[in-house]
Amino acid sequence: MENVLSITTFIPLIGAAILAIFLRGEDDAAQRNAKWVALATTTVTFFVSLFILFDFDPNNTGFQFVEERTWLMGLQYKMGVDGISVLFVMLTTFMMPLTIAASWNVKHRVKEYMIAFLILETLMLGVFMALDLVLFYLFFEAGLIPMFLIIGIWGGKARIYASFKFFLYTFLGSVLMLIAMVAMFADAGTTDMTVLLRHEFASETFPLMGVTVVGGMQTLMFLAFFASFAVKMPMWPVHTWLPDAHVQAPTAGSVVLAAILLKMGGYGFLRFSLPMFPVGSEVMTPLVLWLSAIAIVYTSLVALAQEDMKKLIAYSSVAHMGFVTMGIFAANQQGIDGAIFQMISHGFISGALFLCVSVIYDRMHTREIDAYGGLVNRMPAYALIFMFFTMANVGLPGTSGFVGEFLTLVGVFKVNTWVALVAVSGVILSAGYALWLYRRVVMGDLIKESLKSITDMTRLERAIFAPLVVMTLLLGVYPSLVLDIIGPSVEALISNYDTALAEAHSASQIASGVE
Amino acid sequence: MQADLNVVLPEIVLSIYAMMALLGAVYTGKDKMAGMLVWLTAGLFVALAFWIGTSGSGTREAFGGMFVDDGFARFAKVMILLGAASVLVMGQEYMARRDMLRFEYPVLIALCAVGMMVMVSAGDLMALYMGLELQSLALYVIASLRRDSAKSTEAGLKYFVLGALSSGLLLYGASLVYGYAGTTLFTGIIEAADGQASLGLLLGLVFVLSGIAFKISAVPFHMWTPDVYEGAPTPITAFFATAPKVAAMALFARVVHDAFGGIVKDWQQIVALLSVLSMFLGAIAAIGQTDIKRLMAYSSIAHMGFALMGLAAGTAFGVQAMLIYMAIYVTMNVGTFAFILSMQKDGQPVTDIASLNMYSKAHPGRALAMLVLLFSLAGVPPLLGFFGKFYVLRAAYDGGLAWLAIAGVIASVIGAYYYLRIVFFMYFGEEREALDPPGSAVLWGFLMVSAVLIGVSWFPGLNLFGIEAAAQAAAATLVN
Repeated sequence: MENVLSITTFIPLIGAAILAIFLRGEDDAAQRNAKWVALATTTVTFFVSLFILFDFDPNNTGFQFVEERTWLMGLQYKMGVDGISVLFVMLTTFMMPLTIAASWNVKHRVKEYMIAFLILETLMLGVFMALDLVLFYLFFEAGLIPMFLIIGIWGGKARIYASFKFFLYTFLGSVLMLIAMVAMFADAGTTDMTVLLRHEFASETFPLMGVTVVGGMQTLMFLAFFASFAVKMPMWPVHTWLPDAHVQAPTAGSVVLAAILLKMGGYGFLRFSLPMFPVGSEVMTPLVLWLSAIAIVYTSLVALAQEDMKKLIAYSSVAHMGFVTMGIFAANQQGIDGAIFQMISHGFISGALFLCVSVIYDRMHTREIDAYGGLVNRMPAYALIFMFFTMANVGLPGTSGFVGEFLTLVGVFKVNTWVALVAVSGVILSAGYALWLYRRVVMGDLIKESLKSITDMTRLERAIFAPLVVMTLLLGVYPSLVLDIIGPSVEALISNYDTALAEAHSASQIASGVE
Repeated sequence: MQADLNVVLPEIVLSIYAMMALLGAVYTGKDKMAGMLVWLTAGLFVALAFWIGTSGSGTREAFGGMFVDDGFARFAKVMILLGAASVLVMGQEYMARRDMLRFEYPVLIALCAVGMMVMVSAGDLMALYMGLELQSLALYVIASLRRDSAKSTEAGLKYFVLGALSSGLLLYGASLVYGYAGTTLFTGIIEAADGQASLGLLLGLVFVLSGIAFKISAVPFHMWTPDVYEGAPTPITAFFATAPKVAAMALFARVVHDAFGGIVKDWQQIVALLSVLSMFLGAIAAIGQTDIKRLMAYSSIAHMGFALMGLAAGTAFGVQAMLIYMAIYVTMNVGTFAFILSMQKDGQPVTDIASLNMYSKAHPGRALAMLVLLFSLAGVPPLLGFFGKFYVLRAAYDGGLAWLAIAGVIASVIGAYYYLRIVFFMYFGEEREALDPPGSAVLWGFLMVSAVLIGVSWFPGLNLFGIEAAAQAAAATLVN
């Protein structure tokens, strides 16, 4: 299959088109059909994407399955995957069928709901495969439209505020990236990312409006991309849209947001910031590392104070993404391996945690922690699953959560011991808020009247959790599954980064010697 | 003489048609003919557009260089004629239902089109003024077409008074330019202003540009726009928002490049300032609007700011970007106004945004088309509006105006808010009294076609249907 990437990307879109054109009516039968079509489409997408995984050659560090086509304005329609992006593609196709299954009890405008999610899947896959700057931007930004509608139409009480905040916040971040892309286009004369990865952007220090910009254009471009990815990630202090969006979004929206959309930021850092602007990255590394460390500690403390379960998990996501940015900007093998691993693993764990919340929310229609307690008495299976993912979230050895946190900490320890020291305290804090949440919700006596008749998980719910449990355990005990695939590409990335930095340093030394 | 007339043949055909139609309608059925005249005029517009679009290449001049027929003029004329034809057809049913469909309407639009065609072909300050006034006088009259409505007459009067002022500015500037350059011909002015211009010439340039900026409603010459948009009957507003904007923008490009192409640095800062002010005022002032026509007025001010950004670059690519931006802008506005024209309650037109509450429930297809148009207006990828913005941003950055590009994207984020607000009413709002079911198939057709164009014409393989190459060729004939 030559066009396997395009096929994978656009199957969901075809499913959405089928729903939009052929499905009529709002009755039960139509709703059921919409759900089945969506489930079938996402499942087929997953199976097709397996071709990518099985045919992928980890030792080839270049781009594979490349497709190329001319487009307007000298742009290209170019797709391809390498060791860094292929697992994000797999994460997306893996999570989507589960997401659709988790929305089985949506009643309101089901057809539009499924169309929105299918379109979103196409756009998310496109982000991880695009090899043209503008094509990437197209997929990256277009995802805002379905997500805006998902939060706005199917969200909770304050959905309007959350959807507007989500849209405008992320839009503002990305338009600055667009300017940087225009600058890159002007500088390199192409938007082909494979060429741009080899292109050396100017890094001579120059003054700008009275400020000396160390690292020159590279730093400016880095900052423009940073504005976009830091918001998307999200990093402290631009994370404030996330708790609102998470709390107000419907369950499936929260799962997609936490499991996949946040990863676009980390992927962007790895694809653009580090390899294309090495000098700029080096200049800004201390800032990013400290922002990450602050994020880990601060948002963990904030999570401790939350009353709303979804909000607590949202803040925990921000903290875990702090490990990711920290690992990426440690810029060594362990750090970046760990960051990618952490993103994949966080995709499973945070998705599962949001599903855990929705299991009891569907029964009690509240997310207040105080409204629960002693669930273990009536929901043993639920208590077990919830405990498993709580432990994974804490980073218990044997679960995938541990590997990512450990590797990123090792990576950053080599670069900046103080940051590592601060970040490690986040591990303890995360145990604090996660276990305390678990205790308040699940343990204790069942004293609340309203909970007396609560039922345990249905078969469908268990079926949704099963693959997530398997993946979390599997990656926890056998991390090489992931590390073998990403390893060579990460190694190439780091050696290019170090070479570029060494060249830039010797060039600047020569320049200062001349003076 | 024969050769001269050949060059202006399309304009002559359209003028003669307009006068014949006027005579014919007066002596026969008067307003009974109006419906047929609308279709006839629109048909003639399309035929002329086809003729101009396919008629040869190269540059021809007539009347000693006063009238220029080049690739740039042809591109602009095709856009103007197609835009005018669409809006004319769209408004017919609306006008007929409200007893406003007079035979003067298509005739005036035809005359206005002649004016616009002369404007974009002007090679001389006199021809420029003639075209501009012919267009403007026709517009003054049709703005107040609804004689029994105070708002409509007010709109017409306001437009007339302010328009007269701007014509005065323009004429004053033209006289200064003539005084200091010694000629009104663009080819002469560009020789006089080669590399360096005298102060008098610069002063003239400023006044001429102010006069034209009024026509494209660039800030700070925008004051008339919201009132006229709101007061005029909706089909007329739709017309205001499309063809005349293209004509004025093309004229702007013509003047700065053909007449003042030697002193790019001098006008660049003026255009950049107009651009940044328009983008920000358009984005911020629209936030508080509750009337969709007023909102579209501010939206068009912001969009003109973006088109000016392309022009401010002062390069051929900048002109190309501006032309593509205008083509996309017209497509989006035709669709949006087709939607606005179909909004009515109890047979009366409504323009309140809040009346769109939960529109998506009753009319999912139309709501989706409008959603596409709104996100495109906001410049969100992957819709066509984004590509328009990308072109002008690139032009501005390449032209050394990075600050303008940054200001532009920030303004576009602010502007996104009010487009989202309409989406909010259509999709998230509370359900209240619904609008009448929209009946017109013509409006449905225009809405859907423009939404589909906006949604798909950037696909690899379709590539904007060749507009890019045409705009590039057009820009190359203007800037050399």
